[in-house]
Amino acid sequence: MSVPLPAGRVREVLRAPNPALASRCDEADPTSKEVLQLAADLLATQAVSPGCVGLAANQIGVTLRVFSLDVSAHPRTRTSHGSFVLVNPVVESATRKDKVREGCMSVPDFTGDVRRPSRLVVRAFLPGSTEQVTLQTDAFEARAIQHEIDHLDGLLFLDRVVGAHAVFPRRHYL
Amino acid sequence: MPTVAVTVVGADRPGIVAEVAGAVAEQGGNLEDSSMTLLRGHFAMTLIAEVDDAAQLEERLAHLAAEDLSVTVIEVPGDDTASSRPARYLLSLHGADRPGIVSATARAIASGGGNIVDVTTRLGSQLYVMTAEVEFTDDAAAEAVIGALEQVAQQLGVQLSLVALDPAGEEF
Repeated sequence: MSVPLPAGRVREVLRAPNPALASRCDEADPTSKEVLQLAADLLATQAVSPGCVGLAANQIGVTLRVFSLDVSAHPRTRTSHGSFVLVNPVVESATRKDKVREGCMSVPDFTGDVRRPSRLVVRAFLPGSTEQVTLQTDAFEARAIQHEIDHLDGLLFLDRVVGAHAVFPRRHYL
Repeated sequence: MPTVAVTVVGADRPGIVAEVAGAVAEQGGNLEDSSMTLLRGHFAMTLIAEVDDAAQLEERLAHLAAEDLSVTVIEVPGDDTASSRPARYLLSLHGADRPGIVSATARAIASGGGNIVDVTTRLGSQLYVMTAEVEFTDDAAAEAVIGALEQVAQQLGVQLSLVALDPAGEEF
């Protein structure tokens, strides 16, 4: 992380249906105090949520284009950039689609098969920085980033499933 | 050989598929397309099969009907998989549950000439989800129905999308 973040607070994760999850989030000022606190809160909330590999700001009710991610412990991960927060992410390129079953803390009762590119280049700001970084990744990290960017566009994995038999019940979020 | 449509619905337990498929096989039948799934604890199967004798198959399945499963066997016309609507789309809908979501959505699709060929709905603790594959005569027909679907989504307070599916599927 380019600048130290304040202490993070664990926030409530919203569940669909909720208007914040259906909203396209606004561009954020990566150097604002609000965004630094938001970044810390996302990381804190993600860290205490079992199985959570990423969290978008609107999942905790803040409609700004910010998300956190940490796929380092996931078995499907190849490339991992550790634990990080991106602000105003923009997809530069996305290639080589594959299909994987996804879940989401905001949709705790279901999983779904989603086809997404597995090679990804994303441009974004780090919290506290005015310089854009470019992140190149693949496999599970690429998928998780696209899942979070979908949140920032007001979309859930349910909007991306591959067919009429691609949504599955799940009793508990893990 | 006559073609039959068989439906079996009832409380789930191990062995339902084995018994129904076994009855079809013992009847010298060939099980063709089928859909078998668990719906809120009820096992529901619908299958198309070619059998020697529809009445005899019904007799073989009679013991299932006696065990509180609902069984029907009806003769149907043979294979007709050709579609005059080659543009296939996926409709995804989710939102708070309320009565009338499927009927309003399906009505909008039907009024635009769309044919629903596959649909599942799921009710979670807070969220209702519907995914449906819909065939249209062409892309223009699908685009023409989007306005009506968006209106339905707004009235129902749900999120809805309609995206094109590659009819040939993707090859890897």
